[in-house]
Amino acid sequence: MATQVEHSSTNRRDFLYVATGAVGAVGAAAVVWPLINQLNPDASTLALASIEFDVSAIPEGQSVTITWRGLPVFVRHRTAVEIEEAKAVPLSDLKDPETDEQRTKEGYEQWLVMIANCTHLGCIPVGESGDFDGWFCPCHGSHYDSAGRIRRGPAPKNLVVPPYEFVSDTLIQIG
Amino acid sequence: MSEHSTYTPGNAVEKWLDDRLPVVRFAKEHLMDFPTPKNLNYWWTFGAILVMCLGVQIVTGVILAMHYTPNVGMAFNSVEFIKRDVNGGRIIQATHAVGASMFFVALYIHIFRGLFYGSYKAPREIIWILGVLIFVLTMATAFMGYILPWGQMSFWGATVISNIFSAIPLVGENIKQLVLGGFAVGNPTLNRFFSLHYLLPFIIAAVVGLHIWALHVPGNNNPIGVEVKDSRDTVPFHPYYTMKDLFAMVLFMIPFAWFVFFAPDILGHPDNYIMANSMVTPAEIVPEWYLLPFYTILRAIDFNVLFIDSKLGGVIAMGGSMLMLLIVPWLDTSKVRSGSFRPMFKWFFALFVINFIGLMYLGAQPAEGIYVTLAKVCTAFYFIYFLVVLPVLSRIETPRPLPTSISESVLGKAHA
Repeated sequence: MATQVEHSSTNRRDFLYVATGAVGAVGAAAVVWPLINQLNPDASTLALASIEFDVSAIPEGQSVTITWRGLPVFVRHRTAVEIEEAKAVPLSDLKDPETDEQRTKEGYEQWLVMIANCTHLGCIPVGESGDFDGWFCPCHGSHYDSAGRIRRGPAPKNLVVPPYEFVSDTLIQIG
Repeated sequence: MSEHSTYTPGNAVEKWLDDRLPVVRFAKEHLMDFPTPKNLNYWWTFGAILVMCLGVQIVTGVILAMHYTPNVGMAFNSVEFIKRDVNGGRIIQATHAVGASMFFVALYIHIFRGLFYGSYKAPREIIWILGVLIFVLTMATAFMGYILPWGQMSFWGATVISNIFSAIPLVGENIKQLVLGGFAVGNPTLNRFFSLHYLLPFIIAAVVGLHIWALHVPGNNNPIGVEVKDSRDTVPFHPYYTMKDLFAMVLFMIPFAWFVFFAPDILGHPDNYIMANSMVTPAEIVPEWYLLPFYTILRAIDFNVLFIDSKLGGVIAMGGSMLMLLIVPWLDTSKVRSGSFRPMFKWFFALFVINFIGLMYLGAQPAEGIYVTLAKVCTAFYFIYFLVVLPVLSRIETPRPLPTSISESVLGKAHA
């Protein structure tokens, strides 16, 4: 009887090999998943995901840097000149084309809210400097304009505008 | 090359052990009797020096971990505490920090030795590949170790380097969050880097074991690159090379000790004496000197190529500059192994060494003006050396005649 089974082309043993292998692979994946997933941001980190900030204390022409999700965020009260400059730039001059309107909220053009990390490798650019009346990242020489758009240097993208909205005329909610 | 063991257990205990776990036989074959070319020069002693360096780092590191606290609020002060309050902590901390630099000095010399004498060529490709793996693991370990004191350079170095992950298309930002354990470098990052910084040296030690195993199958290369022909070409490893390596280690320890005792912080950046602050970037982010050449390559790419933006391009160039080493055995097809007999190769190799030092210098300079241009030129030559110079030289160069054997080259020199 045993000889009969051994001679057939696929036998029970083959099935058992494949089945064991498949169960083993699923089992290994099930074990690996939580071991990888524990690396993701934990609950205490995620809890800081949303903040409110009162912008009324910032006079025109000045900026503050606040913390959101452990990241620094620039809030700038732009001058009329800076807004003019930003609006005057033709889109064809931009590496990462975005209009000034896309980067601010309608009716609140004087407020520019951006994550303060250079989009190249994450340094914090210096305000009111660079060749475009905006920000300059001293690490690798990226120049941003008065709307925080990349104009020259190795950074590939404009400074990131985080998700935010005006809760009232002076209160913004980030996140 | 591995000759049949001549070990005969000397007494009843050794005999008993040899039948169960032949470690004494292994030591006799690989650390004492192992036949080694008799013409190895001092560039060859850096292998042993590297084993010593790894040992020093593991011993001092295990001790430092007994006093260090991996928490963003306490890490900076715990390092100061080690230096000021722990008995002898000043010396142990300095040995570990300076030791990292000395490790890389030896590592670079060892790699350049291999590149010059063709130690990567058949039948030693696997040794070379394992060596490149050790190099990359060591850089990763050193990088994570540099984060632990939680100074300004630590923090911003971690930010800059972890941003490399965000260059990956589509999933980059998620991978970065996975690596950091948060939206930015923070406590989870410090904790996991500490854990990995403790783990990786043991993995390195294991790969070093494989590296030496792979070396002991074909045996050592040597300065003339001619394979061992008979037993007259070799001497036993002990006492000839054990003593020579020991002497070299003593010499190596002189500058090492000078740094530890007289200038323990000179190789680091002063900004790391400012506690990490996520709201202020140092004026310049300068990594440790041994990472500078690759850092220069990373930032030399400040232009887009087709759909690859400058950031991803820089990351690809930096990764490529290291992975390039993996395929050197197949880029250099010259039949002559040692650079000593290759008149043109010699000059290009010298240029490559100068270029590498240039890349190192440029990494510490601000990214503006002439430095940007020079960085691009040096980066280009780095790749040209591997992808163009090595394959082309292999075809067009006429090497000088080789000695017929190691013995002949050694004795010939003595007569001259």
